[in-house]
Amino acid sequence: MKKIEAIIKPFKLDDVKEALTEAGITGMTVSEVKGYGRQQGHTELYRGAEYVVDFIPKVKVEVVVKDGDVDMVIDKIVESARTGKIGDGKVFVSDIEKVVRIRTGETDDEAI
Amino acid sequence: MKIVTADNVWILTSTALVLLMTMPALALFYGGLTKVKSILNTMMMVVVAFCITSFLWLVYGYSMAFGPDVSGIVGSLKYLFLSGINPSDPAPAAENLYHYLFIFFQMTFAAITVALMAGAFVERMKFGAWMLISALWATFVYFPVAHWVWGGGFLGDMGTLDFAGGLVVHETSGVSALVGAILLGRRKEAVMLPSSLPLVAIGTGLLWFGWFGFNGGSALGMNAQAVSAAFVTTIAAFMGGFVWMLLEWIKFKKPTSLGLFTGIIAGLATITPASGFVDIFAGVIIGILAAIVCFWAVVYLKNRFKYDDSLDVFGVHGVGGILGAILLALFAKPEVAEVKGLFYGGGLSQLWPQLAGIAIVGVYSVVLTFVIFKIVDKVVGLRVSKDEETEGLDETTHGEKAYAKEI
Repeated sequence: MKKIEAIIKPFKLDDVKEALTEAGITGMTVSEVKGYGRQQGHTELYRGAEYVVDFIPKVKVEVVVKDGDVDMVIDKIVESARTGKIGDGKVFVSDIEKVVRIRTGETDDEAI
Repeated sequence: MKIVTADNVWILTSTALVLLMTMPALALFYGGLTKVKSILNTMMMVVVAFCITSFLWLVYGYSMAFGPDVSGIVGSLKYLFLSGINPSDPAPAAENLYHYLFIFFQMTFAAITVALMAGAFVERMKFGAWMLISALWATFVYFPVAHWVWGGGFLGDMGTLDFAGGLVVHETSGVSALVGAILLGRRKEAVMLPSSLPLVAIGTGLLWFGWFGFNGGSALGMNAQAVSAAFVTTIAAFMGGFVWMLLEWIKFKKPTSLGLFTGIIAGLATITPASGFVDIFAGVIIGILAAIVCFWAVVYLKNRFKYDDSLDVFGVHGVGGILGAILLALFAKPEVAEVKGLFYGGGLSQLWPQLAGIAIVGVYSVVLTFVIFKIVDKVVGLRVSKDEETEGLDETTHGEKAYAKEI
């Protein structure tokens, strides 16, 4: 099992969710996060004075999938979240040791 | 002249409108412009200044400002604690109004003037220091200056005109805000980061609404001048906002909501001294000039000299009030209030008393504010600690948060 974490532009969330649902992914966790990469921050202007915002709002999507689905899911996310402009975000993949569904006690692949 | 009911109806209404300008309008306007960690502190600075000044007004403020004149400088203490005044008495300064009503109306002016200054000191001043400054400043700056211009003092005698407070309200508070901001020093994060621009929008609208009482009520009766003053005030407000927004759009590529709201306030402050003397055409011009000149003060003057007039009290109110007091001398139209400005054949006759008034009020405010700040700094200290400033004044000073989180 792998966890796929995607940091995306907030307005792309609906597209990503739709693409993953179509691909048969049944659950995900979403959080509002802030950060910066090569894009760096941006500036806001108040009464002519610039204010540099270091951390830009992004959305983090987390899904845990079976090993065999990893590449397909990554493709779906990359495809649906891309605008081609700087700041599109990144995808991180990591191993998951164990999953438990709290209601039934099912574990691992059954619990995903 | 005897008590006129219609006049009393309008001025009591105006009193409520001017009260609304402090609470909640100015508190919302300033609060929305403040960083979220100090928004409550800012709102409290505004409201506590209202409480303190109003109380002092009853004790000796009214008497100092409008009591029988003592050599043109200050009123006598005849009305200490408002003694000897009965509810049915007419006001000596306006016999069509009840004395209580005149005192009440003028009280709201004194209170908002002190509260206006707070915008320059937000996010870093000790709350106790601000309370002390409010009391001292009201006593030694506002009460005497109100007497000089409105209470039978030497500036009024000299012919200096100020319909609703360009000098008495906006110049005094604006210039003093600048001096205070310099003595207080820059914030650690000396940038404007509005906690809520929608609150600023509500505050702007309520200030505008309240200004009907501020300028319209300064006619001290329900008459053509009151209507004209309220009308030109609104004209200057929307012209100021519109032009400021355009200037921003041209200069910085984006029209901002903050620019639109700021321009509205600049228009309102600038028309204030002139509102009872000029016609609607002048209202349009004054609104446009207010936007241009105040925009320059806020964007260029402030950045050039690096003072931290945090919410632009000087740039908008100080500069606007002075500008309006000068424009009055140009645009005053005899059909409105029998004052002839330069453009209506009055020559420069009104300009000299205006310039003298601006200079005297300005210098006096600067000197007195300097002394008051130095005294308060010695007694209680002006600034909170660096850690408190970083953490925000809401938690450290008041033990509160504007927006509670569930987890």
